[in-house]
This record gives sequence, C-alpha cells and structure tokens, in this order.
Amino acid sequence: METYYSLKPLLAVLVSLLATVLIVIPNQRPNVRESWTIMAALAKFAIVLSMLPSVLQGNYPAITLFNISPGISLALKVDSLGIIFGLSASLLWILTSFFSIGYVRGVPEHKQTRYFASFAVCLSATMGIAFAANLLTLVIFYEILTIATYPLVIHKETPEAIFGGRKYLVYLLTGGVFLLFALALTYQLSGTVDFRPGGILPAQIGMNSVIMLFILFLLSFGVKSAVMPLHSWLPTAMVAPTPVSALLHAVAVVKAGVFGFARAIGFVIGPALLHQSGAAGILAGFTAATILIASLIAIRQDNLKMRLAYSTVGHLSYIVLGMTMLSPGAWVGALLHIVNHAVMKITLFFCAGAIYVRTHREKVSELNGIGRQMPITMGAFTLASMGLAGIPPINGFISKWYLVQGSFDGGHLAIAVVFLLSGLLNAGYLLSITVRAFFAPSDRFTKFGEASALMVVPLALTALFSLLLGLFPDRFPYFYQLASQVATSVLGGGGL
Amino acid sequence: MSSLSILILAPLLLFAFITTLVGIWRLRWAYVAAIIGMVLALIAASAGIFRVLSEGKLRYFLGGWPPPFGIEYVLDHLSAFMALIIVFIGLIAVVYPPEAGLYQTPRKGIPLYGLLLLLFAGLVGVVITGDLFNLFVFLEIYSLASYALITLGGDRAVVASFRYLILGTIAGSFYLLGVGFIYFSTGTLNMADAAQRLVPLYGSPAVMAAVALIVIGMCIKMALFPLHVWLPDAHSYASPMVAAVLAGIQIEVAAYVVVRMMLTIFQPQYFIDVLPVTTVIGWMAAVGIIFGSVMAIAQRDFKRMLAYSTVAQVAYIGLGIGLANPLGLIGGLLHILNHAFMKSCLFLVAGGIRYKTGLHEIPRFAGLGRKMPLMMAGFTVAALSMVGIPPTGGFFSKWYLVLGSIDANNWVFVGVILASSLLTAVYFFRMIEKLYAVPSSGDAAVEQATEPSPRILVPILVLAVGIIILGLINAFIVTQILMPVVALLP
Repeated sequence: METYYSLKPLLAVLVSLLATVLIVIPNQRPNVRESWTIMAALAKFAIVLSMLPSVLQGNYPAITLFNISPGISLALKVDSLGIIFGLSASLLWILTSFFSIGYVRGVPEHKQTRYFASFAVCLSATMGIAFAANLLTLVIFYEILTIATYPLVIHKETPEAIFGGRKYLVYLLTGGVFLLFALALTYQLSGTVDFRPGGILPAQIGMNSVIMLFILFLLSFGVKSAVMPLHSWLPTAMVAPTPVSALLHAVAVVKAGVFGFARAIGFVIGPALLHQSGAAGILAGFTAATILIASLIAIRQDNLKMRLAYSTVGHLSYIVLGMTMLSPGAWVGALLHIVNHAVMKITLFFCAGAIYVRTHREKVSELNGIGRQMPITMGAFTLASMGLAGIPPINGFISKWYLVQGSFDGGHLAIAVVFLLSGLLNAGYLLSITVRAFFAPSDRFTKFGEASALMVVPLALTALFSLLLGLFPDRFPYFYQLASQVATSVLGGGGL
Repeated sequence: MSSLSILILAPLLLFAFITTLVGIWRLRWAYVAAIIGMVLALIAASAGIFRVLSEGKLRYFLGGWPPPFGIEYVLDHLSAFMALIIVFIGLIAVVYPPEAGLYQTPRKGIPLYGLLLLLFAGLVGVVITGDLFNLFVFLEIYSLASYALITLGGDRAVVASFRYLILGTIAGSFYLLGVGFIYFSTGTLNMADAAQRLVPLYGSPAVMAAVALIVIGMCIKMALFPLHVWLPDAHSYASPMVAAVLAGIQIEVAAYVVVRMMLTIFQPQYFIDVLPVTTVIGWMAAVGIIFGSVMAIAQRDFKRMLAYSTVAQVAYIGLGIGLANPLGLIGGLLHILNHAFMKSCLFLVAGGIRYKTGLHEIPRFAGLGRKMPLMMAGFTVAALSMVGIPPTGGFFSKWYLVLGSIDANNWVFVGVILASSLLTAVYFFRMIEKLYAVPSSGDAAVEQATEPSPRILVPILVLAVGIIILGLINAFIVTQILMPVVALLP
C-alpha cells in the first residue's frame, strides 16, 4: 500500500468550510446563498471522486499538515475505508442540499443562514473523520461534528427542540470525554496513534489493557452509533428539520460513530488482539440486542420520523455487529451496509420530509391513501423499505447477504438468526406503511399531489441508487472492491 | 544583550508614572500613554522569547553587581513564556475601553492606568527576578495594585478587596517568612546561589518549614482549593476589565512561583519524594476542580460563574504541578497560557454585555446571540475551549494532563479531568443555549441591544482567534518552550 502527496484530501475537507464563510455573508439573496452550498457540494463530490481510481489501485492520497502534539501530526490519508464513507456522504450531501432548499422554503423554516452554514461545517467535519490518518485527527473532527450538529438539533427553538439539544449534548459530550481517554490510553500504550490495518497496539500487551481500551471505545463511538443503551439521544434529536435527520442522523453523524468503530477495531486495537481478549463479544451482545429491541420499538411508533429513527438505531447495530465478528465476509457486509443503509434511509427520510411539507402529517396512522396522491414519493419509500427488509434486488439484500454469510463463516449461528429475524421485523414496520399508503381507504379526500421537484427528484434518485447498488454492487463506484480491500488489509484474508 | 529582561520591566514602571501624571490632566492621554508602554513591553517580551529560544538563558545583573551581592534578573524559557503572556493579556486589557471595563469612565484623579501598569510591572518582576527577596517586593507591588483596582468595582468590591487584602497579606507574609528561613540557612537570596547551597541542607527542619510556608502562601495567592475563599467575591465584584487581568494572569503568577521553587530553587525530587508537596497540591487541585465546577453551575450571575470557574481552572494548573511528570506539568503550564486567553476573553464579554444591555444574570441573556453575533461568537469559542473541544487550546491542556495522569497511573485524576469537562459543559452550554436557542422574552434590554463598538469587539475577537491558533500551534509551544522547562523533572 503506497501513499502519495496530494492536496485533494485537504481540499475535500476545506471546500465546505469555505462555503460556510460565503454562506454567512450578510444580506445576500437566498438564491445566491444556496448556490454556495450547491457549488461546495458538487466540488466536494468531484474531489472525492477524483481520488477513487488511485485508491482502488491501492495508492492512497495523503497529506501531513503540521504537528498538533509532539510526535503526532494533523494528517489526512484517503484509504479504501475512508473513501467508502467520504464518497457516500459527499454524494448524498448534493441531493440533501437540493432537498433542503425545497424543504426549508416549503415549510418555511426560520434562520436558514444558520441552517445551511452549520450543515456545511458538519460536512467538513465528516470528511475530516473519513480521511483522518490518525486517531487524534479523527477525534478533532469528531468533536467538531458533535458541536456543529447542535445548532441543527435545536433549530426549531421550541422547548422540545431545546430539550432534544440538551440530551444530545449530554450523550455526545460524554462520549467525547471517553474518546479523549481512549485516545490518550492508545497513545500511552502504543506510542503512536497512526492508523494501521491490523492495529497498532504492541503484541505483548496485557489483555486487561486491551479490554479497557475497547470498553472506552465502546463508550465513545457507541454513543454516536446509537448502540443501546446509549441510543436515546437519536430519537429525541428527530425534532430537527427532516433534511437534518436525513443526512446527519442517518448518514453523517451516526455513521461517524460506526466508522469510528471500524477504525478502532481494524486499525487501532486490531482483530488479533481483540479476538484474543474476547472483548468483541461484549459489543456483539449489545448490538444484537439493539437490533431486535429497536425493531420491536419501531413497530410501536406512530410518528413516522420516530419509526425511522428506531430503524436507524437497529441498522447501525447491523454494521457494528458485522465488524465484531472479525470475519472478512462480515466486514464486507458491514462496510457495504454503511453505504447501502445510508442510501435507503435517506430515501425514507426524504419521503417523510416531502409528506410533511405537503401535508403537515407526521403520523403513520394519518397516511392512509397517501400513496395514491404522492405516487413517486411512496414508490421510492416502498423501494427503500424493501431494501431495508433485505428483499432482492435492492442493495440492502447484498449487505445482509454478506453479513449472514460472515456470521456462518465465524460459526455465529445465533447472529445469523438475529439478522434474519430483524429482516422480518423491518418488513413489518416499514412495508405496513406502504400497504396503508396505497391500499387503505383514505379517510380524507383532499388532493395533495407531489411535493416540489427540488424534493421529489432527490428522493427518486436515492431510490434509484438503492436499486442500482443492489443490481450492480461491483460496478462503479466499486464499493464491493473497496470493502473487500479493507477486509483483506485488516483481517489478512483468512479472518479469525 | 542580556538586559532584555529589564527592558520588559522598565517601560511598565516608567509608563506607570507617566500615565498617572498625564491622567491627572486628561484621561484620554493616559489611555494612549498606557498603550505605548504596553506595546514597548510587548516588543521587549517578544524579543526576549526569541533570544531565549535561540540562545538559552539570559542573565542580567542590576547595576553591574554580580550575585550574590546584587540583584539578578533571569530570562529563561519559563520566565520568557510567562512574561509574554502577562504583557500580551495586559495590552488587551488596557486597550479595552474603561466605560465598558469599569462600568463607567473613572473619575478624574483615579490612576486607573497607573495601577494597571504597576500591576503588570509587579507580575513581570516576579517572573523575571532571580532573587528571592526581590520577588517578594514585586509580589507586594502587584498585590497592592490589585487591591486598589478591585475597589473600582463598587461598594461590594471594597469589602471583597479588603478580604483579599487580609488573605493576600497573610500569603505574602508566609512567603517572606519562608524566604527568611532560607536566608538564615544559606546566607543568600540569589536563587541560583541558594539552589546550590540548599542541597546539603535538605534534611534541615528550617528548610522544610521554608518550603511549607512558601507553598502555602502561594497556594493562597493562586486560590487553590481550599485556600480559594477570597477569590469568588474579589473576582466577581471587580469590574470586568480588572477581573480579566486578575483571573487571566495574576493568580497564575503564584503558580509560577511554585513551579520555580520546585524546578530551580529546589530539586524536583525534594518536592516529590522528600516532602509530599506535589502530592498535596495534586489532591487539593483534584478536589478544587470538581468543587469549582459544581459551584459554577450553581451561579446565576455571569461573572460569579466565571469566578468559580477560575477556581476550577487554576486547579488544572495545580493538577499539572501535582502530577510532577513532564507531560502533566506541560499540561499545567500550557493551561496558564490557554486559561489566560479564555478567561480574559470571557470577562471582557461580560463587560461588553453589561455595557450594552446592563444585564449580568444568565437567565436574562435569552436571545442575545442574534443581537450581538460577533461578540457572542467570541464567547462561544472561549466557552468551547473551556469545555475542551478541539481544536481550541483548552482541549490540548486537557490532552497533556490526561497523558500525564496516565503516566502517573493516577486514574482518579483522569476521572476528575474528564468529569470536569462535562461539568464545565453544563455551565457553558446552559448559557450558549440561552444565547442562541431560547427565544427572547421581549426584555427591552435585550431587544435594544446591538453589537458593541470595535474597541470592545476587537480585544474579544483577538483573544477568541488566539484561542484557536494556540490550539493549532500548541505542538510548537510545547516542544520549543515547555519541554526545556520540564526537562529537569524525572
């Protein structure tokens, strides 16, 4: 694995920070302000995409800026794992930007400048997390992401939103201090914090240290990835505007936590030591329980966004559970599910947003017959729901296939059962909405029609992506290849 | 030119008199004169740190009398670092307009700038002197100046100042008694000289008593829990500009004296193993961090909250001393710098809010964030740094302190640092929430508020930007300036 010097990783981080500066220029027309967001999103995606060919060949663009602590530099490196996250987040930001414009003008929301500015900072931080070359760099961007999301959570400024913001901070900042502890402990144990496939801890380390470090990572990354019982900030944060829930609470923020686990397990502690210590079993237990409990809670939610939030909680644990199994198949499945879940869940949130803007309805029980009035929206919703339930040929099937295969490889029969059972529950709580929307007799005969094109086109596109990623997982942008590269580099092909 | 040390001090003392004299005639001219004096001192302090970085320790013998007969001034890494902080924060405070910093323009004849420059002169004197008794003289100079400055805050401030005067004098007397014991034992007052002569006397009860007296005296001056009782009143009733200086640089100088005692005058081992000085300081600090943070949460008044926060933050510095390993002490010393920027910035914001709206209680701040976006952005940066969010400076103080605590295998200290981050988050995010999220209640004071003038805004924003820069360049500061300081530690 080679690296070469390139400014691109830095540009990918900075382009949306620059946009933030332009967005907050006072007294500009909304169209001008939004054009900065769109341009930054397109530029960011183009930069990330331009790094894909060399990353696929195992040649990683990297840049070391300066020392941020003696012996530790602020450094970015785009490896296969990083670009999976970077590519999906930057692509979905473009669509979310268009959707956001439609949404905030459709509702209409107040303080839109703050909204778009915070959003841009969040994306910078997300890229920083994806491309961080060492744990300290990752922690810096991780904390920036925590703070930059706060204004979006409290955006509505209702007592409910303020409460959601408080809860968000309590959970996330607590996770942050455990992360600082984990970072310091990593540094003291191994003398470095640079990510390396297979881990950086010295081989002769005591098992107690490994277990302690792993628990610290669990307490920190577990918060953002909403592993029960650290999850309850996520449903509360659904008080944020829907595009925020879509991109941040289904893609960027929560996936940053999941991504953190990938770095911690694969690139800091290392699968060999983790397997030896047996600590992964703790996390496997929590995540398996999370998958089932979250699905059961989701069934009981009448608020659509809450139902989607609990579905997110469950699917995040799919990914983390896949990683704890330490087998190549499960890792491929987990990494693919980062992308696949992102694409599917953002579709569902977009649909919820479109429905809300058009009808101001938030409850599942009020959606009878809505499919006949908003056929494209509900069609996309159905497609994504099928994917989350694991029905081929949608992309959710692919990742679940590898996850189940990986659990058989590792001899974890119970985990395979968890995945299959949860697929059924997913179908239950998501497809029931489809049934209601298309087939239930409508109790209101108001004609609504589709939302504006700014909203419908993005959600149709993400639904199309889920289909394409399901049909051609090994085609452009080669997520399957990237995921297997990561799995091979971390687990050395055979697995444990 | 080894006289750079005295060149930092000279303009401060000189302009303390000039500003006082012209201030009798025109306050405006005193303001200008004070700025000139501070700029000259800042130039000398900057030149001083560059010289120290390239050449090492600079010694200057006052009047050409070599020690042990004359008074020596020394500029080494630690004193150049401290002097630069003092002069920089001093300049910021002097630039800040007195109508905001003091609630009103001081009456004619009150030598505001003279006192401020005298205060800075005393602080700089303490950090550059190489003479134990001379240090006491400067200690008293800055203490007296600060007692007078606190009284400018109004009636309650007078009482607070008197309380501080009593405790401060006790602290000064403790220090003087300690120096007396050292003098009787060694026959010298020069620090370098005393350091050599003290080694064979480490077993002597008189020397042990000297250490105890000096350390207790300085712990009172730096308000280390449980000797902090004077601080909350003095700092919350003092006017914002004075409080910015007192919290930002004055109490830290007492911490400097302890570090100087530990590293230069005694061998670190004496403070760590022979006498349990660092252990005691460390545990006092650990309790102080939690106590100060909890008390800060309980406050409604913004400045009083900041004052209790100072009790907690200065204990971070104490914790670094208490850890007495290189990484821990680096964290403590770096926190002197970071805390100077953060806390001064916050007190100046308090002054700005009070000046524009007359408000000082946090519950009434609802909606101010949109009325004063730039000043509140400065506040937010400082607050995030206090909580320890990267890449601000405050994060890195905590980073080194946590590393030091792990090195020392002291998991309780790790827990204290982490818990205090969360407690700090409680009291600062409570205010951030009020500023930005809670809609204005229609309070006339808030409704009519506008962004303050650039003279108020610029000092605040300079400090806020500085906080971020300090975080980004902390590796440079640590390797170039602080590593040589802590190299003496085991």
